[in-house]
Amino acid sequence: MSDDLTSLRRETDAALAAASELRAWDAIRVGVLGKNGKLTALLKQLGTASPEERRERGAALNRLRDDLTAAIEQRRASLDAAAMDARLAAERIDVTLPPRPSGGGLIHPISRTMDEMAAIFGAMGFEIAEGPDIESDWLNFSALNIPAHHPSRQELDTFYLPAASGASPPVLRTHTSPVQARAMLTREPPFRIIAPGRTYRSDHDATHSPMFHQVEGLALARNLTLGHLKGCLSDFLRAFFGLPSLPVRFRSSYFPFTEPSMEVDIGWNRRTGELGGGGDWLEILGSGMVHPKVLANCGIDPRAWQGFAFGMGIERVTMLKLGIPDLRPFYESDLRWLRHYGFNPLLPAMLHEGVGA
Amino acid sequence: MKFTLSWLKTHLETDADLATLTDGLTNIGLELERVQDRAAALSAFKVAYVIEAVQHPNADRLRVCQVDTGSGTVSVVCGAPNARGGMKAVFAPPGSTIPDSGIVLKIGEIRGVKSAGMLVSARELGLGDDHSGIIDLPPDAPIGMPYTDFAGLGDPVIEIGVTPNRGDALSVRGVARDLAAAGFGTLKQLSSIPIAGNGPGRLRWAIEIPDACLWVLGRTIRCLRNGPSPKWLADRLVSIGLRPINALVDITNFFTIDLGRPLHVFDAGKVSGDTLSFRPGANETFRALNGRDYTATPEDCVIADASGVQSIAGVMGGADTGCDEATTEVFVECALFDPVRVALSGRRHQIVSDARQRFERGIDPALMPHAIEAATRMILELCGGEPSEIVAAGAEPAWQRTATMRLDAPEKLGGLAVPPDECADLLARLGFTLAARDAASLTVNVPSWRNDIAAGTPLDQSPDLAPDRAAASAAGRVPMEQEADLVEEILRLKGLDAIPPVSMPPLGPVPAPTLTPRQSRETLARRTLASRGLVECVTFSFMAARHAALFGPDDAALRLANPIASDLDQMRPTPIATLALAAQRNATRGFPTANLFEIGPAFRGTAAEAQRRVASGLRSGPTPRDWREPARAPDAIDARADALAVLSALGVPMDALTTTTDAPDFYHPGRSGQLRQGPKTILASFGELHPRVLAALDFAGPVAAFEIQLDAIADPKRRRRAPADLPAFQPLRRDFAFVVDAATPSDLLLRAARGAAHGAERALIAGVALFDVYAGDNVEPGRKSLGLEVTFQPRDRTLTDAEIEAACAKVVAAVGKATGAVLR
Repeated sequence: MSDDLTSLRRETDAALAAASELRAWDAIRVGVLGKNGKLTALLKQLGTASPEERRERGAALNRLRDDLTAAIEQRRASLDAAAMDARLAAERIDVTLPPRPSGGGLIHPISRTMDEMAAIFGAMGFEIAEGPDIESDWLNFSALNIPAHHPSRQELDTFYLPAASGASPPVLRTHTSPVQARAMLTREPPFRIIAPGRTYRSDHDATHSPMFHQVEGLALARNLTLGHLKGCLSDFLRAFFGLPSLPVRFRSSYFPFTEPSMEVDIGWNRRTGELGGGGDWLEILGSGMVHPKVLANCGIDPRAWQGFAFGMGIERVTMLKLGIPDLRPFYESDLRWLRHYGFNPLLPAMLHEGVGA
Repeated sequence: MKFTLSWLKTHLETDADLATLTDGLTNIGLELERVQDRAAALSAFKVAYVIEAVQHPNADRLRVCQVDTGSGTVSVVCGAPNARGGMKAVFAPPGSTIPDSGIVLKIGEIRGVKSAGMLVSARELGLGDDHSGIIDLPPDAPIGMPYTDFAGLGDPVIEIGVTPNRGDALSVRGVARDLAAAGFGTLKQLSSIPIAGNGPGRLRWAIEIPDACLWVLGRTIRCLRNGPSPKWLADRLVSIGLRPINALVDITNFFTIDLGRPLHVFDAGKVSGDTLSFRPGANETFRALNGRDYTATPEDCVIADASGVQSIAGVMGGADTGCDEATTEVFVECALFDPVRVALSGRRHQIVSDARQRFERGIDPALMPHAIEAATRMILELCGGEPSEIVAAGAEPAWQRTATMRLDAPEKLGGLAVPPDECADLLARLGFTLAARDAASLTVNVPSWRNDIAAGTPLDQSPDLAPDRAAASAAGRVPMEQEADLVEEILRLKGLDAIPPVSMPPLGPVPAPTLTPRQSRETLARRTLASRGLVECVTFSFMAARHAALFGPDDAALRLANPIASDLDQMRPTPIATLALAAQRNATRGFPTANLFEIGPAFRGTAAEAQRRVASGLRSGPTPRDWREPARAPDAIDARADALAVLSALGVPMDALTTTTDAPDFYHPGRSGQLRQGPKTILASFGELHPRVLAALDFAGPVAAFEIQLDAIADPKRRRRAPADLPAFQPLRRDFAFVVDAATPSDLLLRAARGAAHGAERALIAGVALFDVYAGDNVEPGRKSLGLEVTFQPRDRTLTDAEIEAACAKVVAAVGKATGAVLR
């Protein structure tokens, strides 16, 4: 290679090596390969050479052009990479920074239990029915075979509101059972309902709150028996607590609105509070076959229709399931308690996702 | 209801052990509440003789006693002031556990003197509060005898819960009868030999209100000597928690428990005149046996002598004619009262007595002649005396009735087939004698003590029932109630465990929805709010009236007549009220930021429709401090966002909502609003709470709250969705800065811009967004600048510059026309 070509090559390599940024690099590219570039000038001079000389020098120039082009592009690539590295280094942040605070909302355990009850009883064909918190004396008591002088009326510690003149005073419902009467008056049997909701009794201590929640159940058909009641409640309790072999015991009892009546116990360990085993029994709900007087009070012929009813304390089963030791914090809205026992709103109670956990 | 095992065995012949009997009681519906088996806990403690008690050499207050325990003599160091030689005491040997303290005794040395046991006080044995000294037994107490035997404590005390329908089980005899029927032994016969009286006696009865007192027997016994009861009777009463008073009174208390038959004894010497009358009270005050004064009203049935009221019938006797140790002539009362009258009198005067408890549940009317004879016999045995003939008024009511059941009823109602012979047998054991039987049914005579069976008490049917429906259901009730009554008796004796459980038959292959659309809305609202960071609360439906008045009308109809506490006396007008108090409590605890919600009732009246279901929430305290954004106070727009999020989730068409500035008074008047659908329907309110409300709650705030009327939201319509709008052309966006009067709601501009294109171009304006609100430099005072971004969506071709210009001009014109706004 002639000297001028060698020196152009050397000169260009040196300049490229010295170019530390894209502008300097571009000046080199233009100075060599551009319209007025040094290599371009050498190529132009080729026309004045002899044919012999032209062939030889032409080939050398072409080789040099390819080499320089490659060297220039390679430098460009390395400059780009360095620039990207520098940018990325400059853009580095502290990725351990806490994100913007958001979310944190929760569902109250009482709502969760009601949702779970709806899911489980729903699978057994029950619909949810409702009634108001302030009820008439008739719906809360008389319809349910609890006449004014009945001893069990006193045991219920009823809250009363002022009476309109001549009428008996409205009450804060002492149980969800008035929804039974409402359902019988408005629905055509057969039907199956549950009615979760607020209830009120004038009682306030470590284990009683003046407001609490119950779920009422009522199933009417031509042929439902105590056997169905036992099956329905056993199935529910085992699904709700997630204990397929939870011991369930039924005992004779009395409620004015059912006959025969029975109380339901589940097996637990009195000492540890653990459900399922332990040999002790824990009373958990009351139930029975709907009393013929209740049916008749609500216009349903007891000869044609029969069925069962039950009532269960929602806080009670919630406390048992979640291991909550004290009743009162349910209503105190202490954020610390709510955060501890609350539920993720994006985990609604659905049977296919499991509610017994 | 309490009784002891030995008392039970005076009526029940049985070999069953205690556990079998108590399990049996629970199974047949007489639920065991407690067994107190003191013999087991106190078995180690024995009667001992203190041979001598000498001063302890090293301690002033201690004595060293030599004690004969019946199995040897031991040395015991004792600090009791009454420890002395020659006394009989109760000895606790080494190894025994002292019930009061739980300490296990060991042989030890006390100040250098060996002590091999302990002499104990009543309190140390858990038998009372007496700790003034060790138990000092009478000299005839046999050395070495278990103390429980000597003191009659060896008898387990059984306590059962008796349900309100079972007045007959409020007696030892009734319990024994049930146990016998369930196969746990045999009921002993009551001996009933009448005692001949001598003459009519001095006193007689007069019934003025026969519907209150149906029948009464009485008998005078004169020349008797009253005094303390013998030990067996006193022990029996003490064991169930009754205080022995004197023999005559104790005898009445005994029969109350033993036969469930309350009796009363008048000191005949203290009765004025010769007649005791059952008559209405005349607002007379008398002192009852409990030492309190009561004023008998005309609704009460009282027993009165010539001087006035001596007793409220069936509830409590009077002190003036009560029997004491000086009584020598007694008049025994054995009466039958109307249960409702007794219940209402007892409730009116707030007297809870064993007598009332039994009368209001119903007394066995046929037992009366037996009861007065049994009481007479016991009085004669314990006090002597000369009985008169029995004097009576009224008559035994006709209680006889039958009950019928179909033979398949146990299976059809109870789910357990019981053979007819077994049904008849079980009922017979309970005292139901067979009246008739055919191929399909069984009829039995109801025994006198079972007023709960086939009672036929009146219905209380809904007044809204159609007459034929009411009549049919009333007719159906009679046979079905009898059947249910008898099936219950059969099944409780069989044990409910015998009934095979049957799972609910499915109503269809896939269950129908469990929730109504309204209930689903509530659930969705709950999840929406919680997923926006609000924590669900359940607060009381009642609150202090003075706080409630801050949030709604002061409604006397919603004030509780008998609140449990003065700060829980008013039904809340909105859950915002109770949530604000909850947020304030959290702030007081040191948690000033509380984002809370509740879905529950808001009370605006007592009618069902005035009890609204609402979703309420609030954000109080600063937003969390963040390294990127400073903390700030929640504001009305935060609350508006929560309300809108719920309404949107519930399918309310957002375009149809309007905002008005007429929110309820508990909100800040300038920072609140209501979201309306159409002119009438209010779906939600939102805003900051009024500073005056916060001040009254002693709460710093600010608090941004909202309330959504869940009942006002329409059920979603089942509609097929329109095809999706997916234009092929790119949308283009233009920004506008409008200057407008500062009071102009931004919503007006947004609406005007959105509706700027008409006719065929209507779909051209696809969206309008507010991106800037500015007041200050370069904007005149009293005006503000609003930045709107309008999105134009070409439908069928790219728009020309001229068309875009024309569309923008329409936006400016429409906004200007609606609000007077001009481009900045």
